[in-house]
Amino acid sequence: MTTSARKASRAPAVLVLEDGRTFRGRAYGAVGETLGEAVFSTGMTGYQETLTDPSYHRQVVVMTAPHIGNTGVNDEDPESKRIWVAGYVVRDPARVPSNWRSVRTLDEELTAQGVVGISGVDTRALTRHLRERGAMRVGIFSGDAIADEAAMLARVKAAPEMTGADLSAEVATTEAYTVPAIGAKRFTVAAVDLGIKGMTPHRMAERGIEVHVLPATATIEDVYAVEPDGVFFSNGPGDPATADHPVSLMRGVLERSTPLFGICFGNQILGRALGFGTYKLKYGHRGINQPVQDRLTGKVEVTAHNHGFAVDAPLDAPSDTPYGRAEVSHVCLNDGVVEGLRLLDRPAFSVQYHPEAAAGPHDAAYLFDRFVSLMEGQRA
Amino acid sequence: MPKRTDIRCVLVIGSGPIVIGQAAEFDYSGTQACRVLKAEGLRVVLVNSNPATIMTDPEIADATYVEPITPEFVEKIIAKERPDALLPTLGGQTALNTAISLHEAGTLDKYGVELIGANVEAIRKGEDRDQFKEVVEAVRGKIGHGESARSVICHSMEEVLAGVDELGGYPVVVRPSFTMGGAGSGFAHDEDELRRIAGQGLALSPTTEVLLEESILGWKEYELELMRDKHDNVVVVCSIENFDPMGVHTGDSITVAPAMTLTDREYQTLRDIGIAVIREVGVDTGGCNIQFAINPADGRVIVIEMNPRVSRSSALASKATGFPIAKIAAKLAVGYTLDEIPNDITEQTPASFEPTLDYVVVKVPRFAFEKFPAADSTLTTTMKSVGEAMAIGRNFPEALNKALRSLEKKGSQFDFATPVAGLGDKDELLAAARRPTDGRINTVMAAIRAGASPGEVFEATRIDPWFTDQLFLVKEIADELAEAGRLAPELLAEAKRYGFSDAQIAAIRGLREDVVREVRHTLGVRPVYKTVDTCAAEFAARTPYFYSSYDEESEVAPRTRPAVIILGSGPNRIGQGIEFDYSCVHASFALRDAGFETVMVNCNPETVSTDYDTSDRLYFEPLTLEDVLEIVHAERQAGPVAGVIVQLGGQTPLGLAQALKDNGVPVVGTSPEAIHLAEDRGSFGRVLVEAGLPAPKYGTAFSFAEAKEIAAGIGYPVMVRPSYVLGGRGMEIVYDEASLGDYLTRHAGLVSEHPVLIDRFLDDAIEIDVDALYDGTELYLGGVMEHIEEAGIHSGDSACALPPITLGGHDVKRLRASTEAIARGVGVRGLINIQFALAGDILYVLEANPRASRTVPFTSKATAVPLAKAAARISLGATIAELRAEGLLPASGDGGTLPLDAPISVKEAVLPWSRFRDVHGRGVDTVLGPEMRSTGEVMGIDSVFGTAYAKSQAGAYGALPTKGRAFVSVANRDKRSMIFPARELVAMGFELLATSGTAEVLRRNGIDATVVRKQSEGEGPNGERTIVQLIHDGEVDLIVNTPYGTGSRLDGYDIRTAAVARSVPCLTTVQALAAAVQGIEATSRGEVGVRSLQEHAEHLTAARGK
Repeated sequence: MTTSARKASRAPAVLVLEDGRTFRGRAYGAVGETLGEAVFSTGMTGYQETLTDPSYHRQVVVMTAPHIGNTGVNDEDPESKRIWVAGYVVRDPARVPSNWRSVRTLDEELTAQGVVGISGVDTRALTRHLRERGAMRVGIFSGDAIADEAAMLARVKAAPEMTGADLSAEVATTEAYTVPAIGAKRFTVAAVDLGIKGMTPHRMAERGIEVHVLPATATIEDVYAVEPDGVFFSNGPGDPATADHPVSLMRGVLERSTPLFGICFGNQILGRALGFGTYKLKYGHRGINQPVQDRLTGKVEVTAHNHGFAVDAPLDAPSDTPYGRAEVSHVCLNDGVVEGLRLLDRPAFSVQYHPEAAAGPHDAAYLFDRFVSLMEGQRA
Repeated sequence: MPKRTDIRCVLVIGSGPIVIGQAAEFDYSGTQACRVLKAEGLRVVLVNSNPATIMTDPEIADATYVEPITPEFVEKIIAKERPDALLPTLGGQTALNTAISLHEAGTLDKYGVELIGANVEAIRKGEDRDQFKEVVEAVRGKIGHGESARSVICHSMEEVLAGVDELGGYPVVVRPSFTMGGAGSGFAHDEDELRRIAGQGLALSPTTEVLLEESILGWKEYELELMRDKHDNVVVVCSIENFDPMGVHTGDSITVAPAMTLTDREYQTLRDIGIAVIREVGVDTGGCNIQFAINPADGRVIVIEMNPRVSRSSALASKATGFPIAKIAAKLAVGYTLDEIPNDITEQTPASFEPTLDYVVVKVPRFAFEKFPAADSTLTTTMKSVGEAMAIGRNFPEALNKALRSLEKKGSQFDFATPVAGLGDKDELLAAARRPTDGRINTVMAAIRAGASPGEVFEATRIDPWFTDQLFLVKEIADELAEAGRLAPELLAEAKRYGFSDAQIAAIRGLREDVVREVRHTLGVRPVYKTVDTCAAEFAARTPYFYSSYDEESEVAPRTRPAVIILGSGPNRIGQGIEFDYSCVHASFALRDAGFETVMVNCNPETVSTDYDTSDRLYFEPLTLEDVLEIVHAERQAGPVAGVIVQLGGQTPLGLAQALKDNGVPVVGTSPEAIHLAEDRGSFGRVLVEAGLPAPKYGTAFSFAEAKEIAAGIGYPVMVRPSYVLGGRGMEIVYDEASLGDYLTRHAGLVSEHPVLIDRFLDDAIEIDVDALYDGTELYLGGVMEHIEEAGIHSGDSACALPPITLGGHDVKRLRASTEAIARGVGVRGLINIQFALAGDILYVLEANPRASRTVPFTSKATAVPLAKAAARISLGATIAELRAEGLLPASGDGGTLPLDAPISVKEAVLPWSRFRDVHGRGVDTVLGPEMRSTGEVMGIDSVFGTAYAKSQAGAYGALPTKGRAFVSVANRDKRSMIFPARELVAMGFELLATSGTAEVLRRNGIDATVVRKQSEGEGPNGERTIVQLIHDGEVDLIVNTPYGTGSRLDGYDIRTAAVARSVPCLTTVQALAAAVQGIEATSRGEVGVRSLQEHAEHLTAARGK
């Protein structure tokens, strides 16, 4: 690369937060304008998985790790068919990727998928700002989209807020599809796609589960049409308070006492189905280093998180719900946030974090085994 | 679950003297551990022979034994202290090996001592290569990942030769079992190399075992630092990626944290393997590190090795992440679990998490090949570096450039000023870069500048293409700087973002450094300071651990108390090591107690000073003028700055004194002008003349003709050296005119731009070191050290005794008067170290250093007085009288008036001979000289000199023999002084061996000696072995060999290198022989006891009060 090419490769870009704070940097990926909710993710690896996680729909993700793109892009690691983040904020994008599986650069991938990003900003200052002020709306503007600050701020303020957003249908599959079991098939699971990540059905398939992934709009009849041994509710974007359809669907499953497992958004749905409230965290949990304690064993697992909302349930004692007693099974040791729920009288449990772990550590993979045990127990 | 209640007293074993592969990092980890255990209410008993450590400060443990770390001495301590538990994982390989010996000997069982933090089975599984291979296989069976390099274990040369065929031919890697820092390992490309390396390895391995392995040279290399608690919670504290691919010991590699070129899937695979390995090995609680190699072509993962203990890498990882591994390991060992331990930095979150970084950390090694010109400088799997610097930046180039300038070595920063035409041929540069050496990264940069393509760089070096591209990026910015019409603000800011120093920019633009700085300040381009917080800003940090970056937002908080900025000593090197860190840490403690806010600046990750809770604020930054000025600026913005202390960190900060003052920074303590007065030969000469003190005659020469004339005027022998040197570099004793000519020819490079200093060499003089405090009116003589070796051996390499063993009250009086006159004449406010030589009855002044010396910790421990603390206080205005009243100094008397029954302390230097080989694979010579080459020191303390000396030898090299065969071969001038000690050896039952000349002298004096053949004579007609063969065959127990000057050097060389190879005690001066004889006598007389520093101090205090 010549000297002039180094300079020309990045057009100016501006990041504007809804409280008026502005960062200037250079365009990364597509040039133009994007709006969304600003959140930060602290994972040092796994940018491909993060970008393609449907739960990041409508969010502009700030990476706290400064070097992004070092391992390029491969075709094996994405968690869905496309990049879902609304915008991408990095400090030092790689110019030359290095990995034996890499097939193109991240910059090319972002550009090809039309994802507007910004590089060269003080991502730590931005993260600290979001930590202190909370997640908020943001816009990234580059090329012709750059206007005077007041105009850009007005655009940001006009964007919809995350609270009250019902987004599952926007990211979920519209057609049902099946992920076959790896090896001998032992169980059938109906997985309600609220924004499911590719690794989740894979982790089930590894355990001999045939996974029928159903659209977010699936009815109770659709679910039972596959004759499931268990039902799964996936992760997904948006405010759980708006997810009335999945909540009523889950109640139907609970009434039938079919083994049930939920992850992330699915945990919030279970919370609501049981009658607990949900609330928006100030700046969420997004990273792959979060300590969660399994209250049953006392053991700590290091886990992958991506959630902006959480369930409001009592930590100290089981609660009575329409489906029997429920207890908080997992807790985040950083801040005491509810990270898992379990019914004591019916075969249902859920976690707020990501045992499928892509990206992230595999400490919580045992939860898929617990799901299998529930289904085995139901058969016995 | 809270801590165990059945443990009340814990024995902690330190790592002993600083050697290559085991350095200050174990002082850092051991100190942390002792403090934690003490805070938990446990009685802490510590053994460490190294006096230059913070951990051996009497307040760190309850009972501190500065005794040799050998199973014999540790058993004595156990018998006396009866600890419940032994924590062996924080003192490196030394502590671990000692603990295993104690276990095997049944000592631990005998006294009911429980090993905590590790178990013997786990240690064996981790360290024994055969067993570890089984571990890796078991892991593969369980999780489907990880394998070992194909290998064979060999116990003899025959097995070694057969093993190569089994592996499919050369090259192969040779690794001896149970040696530290990879000692004795290397690559063999053919049979000659194999025989040499494997032969050495079999000898070095305590189990006579080496491993031959398939070559994975050029693969990517990674390391994970893990911790596990008793509930089987495991966390990965840090990932580290080596910039230098496989083939270079990780201690000699440039390393980067976190890993830069792994996808999440690959990283998680390493993590899964790491966790499975720690479980399989059975490390119950504590830390361990695991090294991996990854084939860049297909991702095949090989598990190289694991250390079931806190290591050098864990110290680095702790500093890199803010997660204090040793501290937490100690807590886990006494029963806590990770979730019960708070994260110090956030205070609100637990330690059961994995740190995430929003910055990049780069560590670069510092070598000392210039001290060992004969040594092969190719980097291999045997560690050769003597220290390291770490730097933190918001991107890799910034961290790398900061790390390179932290090395403080000429040429360590990228050179963009030399025109491309002057760099040399691209292909030659690439060929040079193929061989890993000190500074290879600079060669790579030169090759890039000379036109090498990324592909060519990768082909030559196997450095990952991402790293290579970062080097291209740096080079492109350098080009922009060179080509730009003017230094535009954007360009300047961009260059700073990638870590260019003002000096580099100045060199590229043909400006002065201060001009660039002025422009930069005018344009408002200044660094901000970010916090190392373990969590990438997810939670607020309570610990001000800072690094600079050219970014937007600074996190330095305002403060009200006046700050004192203490400049540390940078990377460890020969001549400037842990001793200076000791003084800096003491200053920080003392000044915090005195009400100041202490601010530490240093870039050495091994040290206690860079622990985030040593000072109120820590800046992990290079110690260059630019970086220090920016910190001073930032701290002045934050609140009042009382001053900067430059006196305690050795030559590095001292060298900045004048420039700091010129930039308006208040330098407290001895003024820069006074420093100059002591350092400048002419000015210092005038101080001496005014005080009426004699110095040896000297002169300065610019040519051979001048040198000849001056030397003749002074009279041979003379000491010759280039005029600007540190640590005695290039210094030699020259006995005649021919040698003088030879010296000048050999050192043409060194002396071309600087004159040569020629001093009178005081033959047969006693050298004396004095450490003293001066406040402007009163002198406190800290201690008087009498060297055991004669003048002419660098003071850092010479053993010494305190109090002096042959000097009388009259001599001490003279020393005190001279010291006071010099301190007053120079204008010292704080510490001064003076070297004297007593020749005949004349007390010559050799040199004075107005700063903390290498011996301050030794003197402080020997006299139970914290000299560095006192010096720091004096720098900030306290008087000696006030400090006496406060109790920091004794109420009356000083180190020159120690009671008659005060203990005798002996300091012995430890030299790294066994680490180095020349290009032919032969050992390097071990003769001491005026150039310092030791890496560390030990202290022996006892009530009489002989025992103290014997302890110092046992601590440094292994115990002196009390019987057996002693070989004696000395230079003519030493023959007379050898007779009495030789007779003593015989009287104690030694059989004497001698070469013909020495044997003749001995026999004439009625001492029986067996003649053995010299190496030069070769094997005898009837197969009589030469002395070198005898040594190699293990039939000699003690060697006395003094160098002959110029003649028959080779013989002595072979003898001494054989001694090193076989670890036979080798005395190279007659003075050392005399001391050793006393030591052997004391040892054979019977029980040598152990006594803690606290007991010694109590005794001293009581005696002082009398």
